[in-house]
Amino acid sequence: MSTSTNSPGVSPVRQSKLTRGQRPKWLIPVIGVAAVVAGAAIASLIGFSIALWALFAAVIFLVVGPLAVTAVEGGRAGADSLMTFLVYTAFILAVIPLVSVIWTVLVNGVPGLTADLLTTSMNGVTGFQDNKAGAPGEVVGGAYHAIVGTVSITFWATLMSVPVGLLTAVYLVEYSRGGWLGRAITFFVDVMTGIPSIVAGLFAAALFGMVFGPSTRTGFVAAVALTVLMIPTVVKNTEEMLRIVPNELREASYALGVRKWRTILKVVIPTAISGIASGVTLAIARVIGETAPLLVTAGFATAINWNSFSGWMTTLPTFIYYQIMNPTSPTNPDPSLQRAWAAALILIVIVMLLNLVARLIARAFAPKTAGR
Amino acid sequence: MSTTVSTEKPGTSSSAAGRAGDSVFSGLSLAAGILILVVLAAVAMFLFLQAVPTFTAAPGDVTGGKGFFAYIWPLVVGTLIAALIALLIATPVGILVALYISHYAPARVAKPVGYVIDLLAAIPSVIYGAWGATVLAPALVPLYTWLTGYLGFIPFFGGPASQTGKTMLTAGVVLAIMILPIITSMSREIFTQTPKLHEEAALALGATRWEMIRMSVLPFARPGIISSIMLALGRALGETMAVALVLSTGPLIPSLIKSGNQTIAAEIALNFPEAYGLRMSELIAAGLVLFLITLVVNMIARAIIARYKEFSGAN
Amino acid sequence: MSKRIDVEHLNVYYGDFLAVQDVSMNIEPRSVTAFIGPSGCGKSTFLRTLNRMHEVIPGAYAEGKVLLDGDDLYGKGVDPVTVRSMVGMVFQRPNPFPTMSIRDNVLAGVKLNNKRISSSEADELVESSLRGANLWNEVKDRLNKPGSGLSGGQQQRLCIARAIAVKPEVILMDEPCSALDPISTLAIEDLINEIKTDYTVVIVTHNMQQASRVSDKTAFFNIEGTGKPGRLIEYAPTSEIFNTPQKKETEDYVSGRFG
Repeated sequence: MSTSTNSPGVSPVRQSKLTRGQRPKWLIPVIGVAAVVAGAAIASLIGFSIALWALFAAVIFLVVGPLAVTAVEGGRAGADSLMTFLVYTAFILAVIPLVSVIWTVLVNGVPGLTADLLTTSMNGVTGFQDNKAGAPGEVVGGAYHAIVGTVSITFWATLMSVPVGLLTAVYLVEYSRGGWLGRAITFFVDVMTGIPSIVAGLFAAALFGMVFGPSTRTGFVAAVALTVLMIPTVVKNTEEMLRIVPNELREASYALGVRKWRTILKVVIPTAISGIASGVTLAIARVIGETAPLLVTAGFATAINWNSFSGWMTTLPTFIYYQIMNPTSPTNPDPSLQRAWAAALILIVIVMLLNLVARLIARAFAPKTAGR
Repeated sequence: MSTTVSTEKPGTSSSAAGRAGDSVFSGLSLAAGILILVVLAAVAMFLFLQAVPTFTAAPGDVTGGKGFFAYIWPLVVGTLIAALIALLIATPVGILVALYISHYAPARVAKPVGYVIDLLAAIPSVIYGAWGATVLAPALVPLYTWLTGYLGFIPFFGGPASQTGKTMLTAGVVLAIMILPIITSMSREIFTQTPKLHEEAALALGATRWEMIRMSVLPFARPGIISSIMLALGRALGETMAVALVLSTGPLIPSLIKSGNQTIAAEIALNFPEAYGLRMSELIAAGLVLFLITLVVNMIARAIIARYKEFSGAN
Repeated sequence: MSKRIDVEHLNVYYGDFLAVQDVSMNIEPRSVTAFIGPSGCGKSTFLRTLNRMHEVIPGAYAEGKVLLDGDDLYGKGVDPVTVRSMVGMVFQRPNPFPTMSIRDNVLAGVKLNNKRISSSEADELVESSLRGANLWNEVKDRLNKPGSGLSGGQQQRLCIARAIAVKPEVILMDEPCSALDPISTLAIEDLINEIKTDYTVVIVTHNMQQASRVSDKTAFFNIEGTGKPGRLIEYAPTSEIFNTPQKKETEDYVSGRFG
């Protein structure tokens, strides 16, 4: 304090020791622009395309940027900037396919969204009609039967898996007390989570095949397959939600002389209901898009079938699959592709809506669980 | 909640009906739990019973004419190749994206990005398959042509390249996109749980952001990252539609950019609808093999998670 | 090895909330400065602005100047990483890296800057740092065991060893003894007295006896009420703060008549 020579207020021009060897602000943007230009040059040497351009620009930037930082600030800063650029690159890489998928479905699906698609089935539609159809609007036939199938099969699967899943979660949280049975169930629920969906389909097919004769294929068989896939999701989520219900609530209820089952039904489950409901919605959203198990269990129908217990059924995912793999008119697949993309659009909208609903449920009732 | 409870008359709940309710309800929930065990046992049993004819059939009657092992082997290898390609792509990208959300993105951006990544997981696999077959496969053809041109001496890139792009590599890329959200969302969860104390310890020593991540975040998250990769692997092994729609199937070949190869799941999906008799039980046996492979992978993942839980509990 | 700190009109914000208002002080090199004050008065927040650790909290920023031997920590183009390698920090709860051995913990900061440190140099540095932290005799036989196996007081001394191994100019300590038992606390206080011959030490403490035992100068921070910013009330040699405080607020606080 005796002298003021140390104070920079007196000599503001002197170079700060802290900023020595810092990269100038323009360095990274300039390298970025240079990389874009150089990328364009190299890409046009090979044969210009936007993908190549982006690729070369990114590679040049990822190499030159960190090297320049290393030259100015040293290896540590260089490594840090390399990782920063890589992280941002990875993020862009992950977003591109999502945008591309949604864009593809929208562009290809919107022209096919006709009244016919939602109100008619493929019954009686043959390659003859498809070959005649010129403009997108002239395509006949639709996905009504597939929507019917999706709704019925999902309905039965939900009806079977939700009570079983819910009760199992109640058992695990409220009754098992960490016993061997509880641990065994937890373990096997984890195992079930990992069952490939096609294997679940094979199981249902094998089960009904042995009981009702080979090649028994109905909507209900598919619903059983989906139940196998849905139960672990419901159990895991419900279990998690029940566990965050504070024990004080249970004890308060017991202290009033309320029986355990009434406590569970009237106190525990209502407290966790929003989380449970949103979990069930997410589970539905997951199985509604399942394709593989339906291929081996529900058969393939072109007509409307509301009866899940007899006759083949088609759902939206299998409808999409068969329209792409086996177009109605093999020589002119465009009408089939149009129907497939329109059905894909409907399916994506349904799945997104279910996700949104799940979020809204969780949010709408959130204050009730805020006591934790 | 308290109003619901207080409307309960003590008299009714201590009555015989109340007591019966208790045992009925606990019995029901126990039954549901046991039902799950029964279902899982049934899955294994019915698959096994239906698969038995394949094992007892004369080798000449099995597809390919050389017995079940010769039939399933290329499929197992194909399944592993597809899953490995997917993992090789999805692991680094998925972890980096998780880091982006947890440690790089501004708070305002991180949340919506996490939501978008979850949406990526919600899109049905058949749509990924359709996209892979119609958009991605043709887009990759020039790359494949280039690969055989310059790297054709490596068996993986042996030519001539497929002109439709419907190859193992394309299927692997589609699978990678599908499992990426699994790795990202699990890793992100663990990254954000890194104790602030350890992050601050690194920063206070003058660590850069990346050095801080290497010193405190990654060591803490390592078991979680490994198990997320294993779970993603389980998913990639069992995924059907992406491969069924994207891959132009054929016998097992080393080149990843020619038509050829096949996975178990896609083999079942493509052939089961028209199968009967021995062919059907062959496919079910293939399903059993797939089930066992994914079971092992998932159990390893669970074991890692369990060990990690003990580890973090001690801290 | 040791630098002076001059703070000029520093305001610290968490988003819109002004946490610390208009603090100016000069901290001499090779001295121990203690920050005392009631909880929530901003003394820890202020301490963190001395090596820009407050920036770890989203939305936190500071206005004003903090000069380290005349160089503004908040000047244009200053990298917080550089700042933190010059101004070390010891935290409230001991935080050795759980996956590293004792030896690796001590070397953690050094390895960042000097990856190719020879093993004999590293051994020397580990020993001198651990000796400097009065921990050598207790851990010399288990340098390769994890640091999380030590007692709380040992862990905290390990963190001090880790901080002095990078040879910083200043060491900040944020209530370093609040999670420790009295014996470990005494060991840390002895250590502070020893290291002040080489370093500028700034310590935040809740314990006034501790402040009077270890510090040369003491700064008293206070807050008028919840939602109000913390302010520096008085800054003077420690004996003055505790015996002849100039401000009534200080006197009330140090004599226990606070609140």
